[in-house]
Amino acid sequence: MGNMATQTQFHVLAVDDSLIDRKLIERLLKTSSYQVTAVDSGSKALEFLGLNGENEDEERNSSVESVSAADEDHQVGVNLIITDYCMPGMTGYDLLRKIKQSSSFKDIPVVIMSSENIPSRINRCLEDGAEEFFLKPVKLSDVNKLRPHLMKGITTKTEMQSNSNKRKGSEEIQSPDRTRPRYNELEVV
Amino acid sequence: MERNPMRRQLAIMRQSLFDQGHVDEQFVQLEELQDDANPNFVEEVVTLYYRDSARIILNIEQALERKPFDFRKLDAYMHQFKGSSSSIGAKKVKAESTLFREYCKSGNGEGCMRSFQQLKKEYATLRKKLGAYFQLARQAGPVETASRPK
Repeated sequence: MGNMATQTQFHVLAVDDSLIDRKLIERLLKTSSYQVTAVDSGSKALEFLGLNGENEDEERNSSVESVSAADEDHQVGVNLIITDYCMPGMTGYDLLRKIKQSSSFKDIPVVIMSSENIPSRINRCLEDGAEEFFLKPVKLSDVNKLRPHLMKGITTKTEMQSNSNKRKGSEEIQSPDRTRPRYNELEVV
Repeated sequence: MERNPMRRQLAIMRQSLFDQGHVDEQFVQLEELQDDANPNFVEEVVTLYYRDSARIILNIEQALERKPFDFRKLDAYMHQFKGSSSSIGAKKVKAESTLFREYCKSGNGEGCMRSFQQLKKEYATLRKKLGAYFQLARQAGPVETASRPK
């Protein structure tokens, strides 16, 4: 269990309505050895996560994890979401808010990208839970800043794991942690 | 210094793209994402750009035929176009896009039309130059962009 960090490949969900920027962010992320899923809207992002954006109350009130739209078998492990700010329909900010309001996904780090350098916009995103704000065009040096946020997620899970182990003694633990990534195939770089 | 004459010509072409202000630092960023597994990444992105942005150019053209101008819509289209142009490092095209947007914001229809004509010229020139560059690159064989001294 202690070697989880070396075995896992991080999975990043990229959201951008621009075809060019999707191709670019995908390449940037893959260069950094991340697994990537790129979608063209906030609603598709929520769909991918298994989160129905309109049923936030259901999501929050469900006391048993198996009631959620995304059950263990269909759980797609996402370690970080990087989203464009300016998108038709749901903006990156709207998406950020929905993620942070979700009991299942609020701990997933969210990064916002924008072509416009507007301090009030940047501050609002950071205040509302975004880990980073990148100005476009996004560079490799920006993507390098993602790693600490991703590593933080691993540490939290490992600590949770060892804490629950201590409580239950020598019993075999199957972690119900719903944000733990599950990989059917490891991408070979 | 390139010994292969084709590679040398390629390096000269590349340098002139920068010297003449057609591309900026972002183009270098794209080149750095190219490797043995993705040897044509820059060309792929540029091809995608011209395909994708053709749509926006058409939208703007059509919007400029409707009087009075819907400056908000024109600006929105150009915002999109500028973003893509910026992502591929198209320096002159990006600068012209910025100018166009300023004309939109000040409701200057004449300025919009003038700047759009200029933008289309730069856009076409860049396409020709990059097309020639990529064609030569393919003929010259794989170039070690990754090991280029900084």
